[in-house]
Amino acid sequence: MLSRTADHLFWMARLTERAENTARMLDVRVQTALMPQTPSAAEREWRAVLGISELEQAFKEKYAEMSQNNVIDFMVRNTDNLSSIASCLTSARENARAVRGTLTTEVWETENSTWIELQNHLAGKQLEQNPGKFFEWVKYRSHLSRGVTLGTMLKDEAVNFLRLGTFLERADNTARILTVKLLAAKENDGTEHSAQKDFYYWAALLRSVSAFEVYRKVYRDVITPERVAELLMLQPNMPRSLLACMIGVVSNLKDIRNDHSHDTERIAGKLHAELQFARIEDILEQGLHNYLTKFLASINDLGNRISRDFLVPTEE
Amino acid sequence: MQDFFNEMYLDGTTVRPHYREFANWLSRQEPHVIEQKRAEAELIFRRVGITFAVYGDNAGNERLIPFDIIPRVIDASEWAHLQAGLVQRVTALNLFLNDIYHDQNILKAGLIPAEQVLNNAQYRPAMQGINVASDIYAHIAGVDIVRAGQGEFYVLEDNLRVPSGVSYMLEDRKMMMRLFPDVFARNRIAPVEHYPDLLLDNLRSVAPQGVTDPTVVVMTPGMYNSAYFEHAFLAQQMGVPLVQGQDMFVRDNTVFMRTTRGPQRVDVIYRRVDDDYLDPLAFRAESTLGVPGLLSVYRAGRVSLANAIGTGVADDKSIYPFVPEMIEFYLGEKPILNNVPTYQCRKKEDLAYTLANLSKLVVKEVHGAGGYGMLVGPASTKAEIEAFRERIVAKPEGYIAQPTLALSACPTYVESGVAPRHIDLRPFVLSGKTVSMVPGGLTRVALQEGSLVVNSSQGGGTKDTWILE
Repeated sequence: MLSRTADHLFWMARLTERAENTARMLDVRVQTALMPQTPSAAEREWRAVLGISELEQAFKEKYAEMSQNNVIDFMVRNTDNLSSIASCLTSARENARAVRGTLTTEVWETENSTWIELQNHLAGKQLEQNPGKFFEWVKYRSHLSRGVTLGTMLKDEAVNFLRLGTFLERADNTARILTVKLLAAKENDGTEHSAQKDFYYWAALLRSVSAFEVYRKVYRDVITPERVAELLMLQPNMPRSLLACMIGVVSNLKDIRNDHSHDTERIAGKLHAELQFARIEDILEQGLHNYLTKFLASINDLGNRISRDFLVPTEE
Repeated sequence: MQDFFNEMYLDGTTVRPHYREFANWLSRQEPHVIEQKRAEAELIFRRVGITFAVYGDNAGNERLIPFDIIPRVIDASEWAHLQAGLVQRVTALNLFLNDIYHDQNILKAGLIPAEQVLNNAQYRPAMQGINVASDIYAHIAGVDIVRAGQGEFYVLEDNLRVPSGVSYMLEDRKMMMRLFPDVFARNRIAPVEHYPDLLLDNLRSVAPQGVTDPTVVVMTPGMYNSAYFEHAFLAQQMGVPLVQGQDMFVRDNTVFMRTTRGPQRVDVIYRRVDDDYLDPLAFRAESTLGVPGLLSVYRAGRVSLANAIGTGVADDKSIYPFVPEMIEFYLGEKPILNNVPTYQCRKKEDLAYTLANLSKLVVKEVHGAGGYGMLVGPASTKAEIEAFRERIVAKPEGYIAQPTLALSACPTYVESGVAPRHIDLRPFVLSGKTVSMVPGGLTRVALQEGSLVVNSSQGGGTKDTWILE
């Protein structure tokens, strides 16, 4: 397959996944905002949302107030923000358009329809009036994009690169959500601390990655931060966990192996093995934040290596 | 009283025989159903992304080409005549190109003034003496045909460089079948859907010598090109990679493309990039769309280009008047299809006639395309005519003039209902080891009342084209 084609496929999947994760994050935050909350706690949580994507500074340059409407405007509509949902879905569609001949007609039409419908969603005031409905739509379109890809495309390299993009982005996003949420939980100085509040906090985090029901099934017990971390990092059967993502990365890398990709495979395999044989107690003892920071750096490195080995080869 | 040929009606009320079945069907349709279907068509075209970019149009980067649901119908005997004429014409044009780039017998015979060819900007000295596979230069030709007077066909233009529009021919058919399956059941309409198959077969047949299983690619300038949809569409339909210049490189006198598994040799390039941009080392140095070194590999016969470099010298408007002579010279046959009478402003007497009759004539730049840079005398203001006159006087050899043909018209949905609108036809002729075509073509329609400009860049639409079996 053409390297440029693979590059477009990889980014089409990554950006679709990123839009979905942003929608999930915002959705949960909008829901928790309906609960009684002090203004300072509310502001802190909105700041945390921006912190996940490292966008607090960029936000402050454009908006005076850390309010729900402003954060949503920035994270959904603002096209200067390359991580906003509008930017992600537009770029995903541009990438799809660049390789529409490689996609099945159904996949292309799905990506194109998403983009066309996006204009309608952004045109009115619905987003501000009922943001939850919009986020549902984004998630639904992402599910549709994935489903139509797996349901109609030949299982060849094209699918491998799409899957690689999805898993890599998802690993990154889950790690970011965990970092920020666990950090914010720690910072909570105890003034608002109560078992009840804790429950809502962790339940919201689980819901943001569709893991609330999964948690109940796996643990059949009350929600504790340790188990939340374990579920989202080490549970191989939880689709959005770090380990599950790495399983996906490793198996797709194997399918597209070429003469230069040995080192990349080795590093992905190592990351996978570390998660596979890790115990949450050990990770917590070493410091979760530290662990996740290192993991994010590794994912970033892996992305660069995939780019160099397959997508933007420099050698002639 | 109509002053143009109506494709559907013999006179105000009598329907021509080959339109009868369709006209019956149409008269039974409820207006609101038709309205609904037209809206449906627009929605589908938008979702499928069958759009084109208009240069210099910032408002909407991607526009739909209006699609009209009343088909253009041609009966079998008319088509047989057209097809024979097209095969003859394109065969002669390929022989002309091969001759021009080799022995130049037609120049030696004095049929065409040598300077008309050799000083033409479209003549490529780099092609002189180069042998191309099967001696074919114009593998894909999109010949523009109009009907005028009492219904006679005329060739308006031979497009031999990178003719586009075939994807609309195919998509229009698909759309008609989707919207009105019952119509197809009651008419015997020749299928066109195998065009990509014919094209692939044709491209494979012109692979460099010794290559038995050629790698064929479609080369596009990129997704911001106005015809990008078509490039992607044809690559997908043929199942071959869609490449850009940056995806390819030259090493060891071979063209390679960069793939995820390393460099892969490319044998046949269906290029939708103009000559000037193909190779920055040979043509425009600033071009980023091409592949440095491509020309030298091509000259060595180690990669095939479709169409060949330098075909523009045969479809140039200054060469057009000589095509009937070419047919007689190379084939010893009488031309089957008419040329439009053409005044060459480089000739003193033709120039004088042209300047004296600007308000009646269509004047075109010899290198122009896309309906730009032309004057339609009867539809222009005095000021426009005078402005154009100055341009002609300043550079007579840059212009030709033709009588304004009363293009035939076909009933078309417009705001006020159904009304006749002028149309043309672009069938696609494929040349390789053999010359082949699908029965059909792209019918373009000028949606403005009275307008003769059918180009999509200037508000033209398209219609499905039916050849009845």
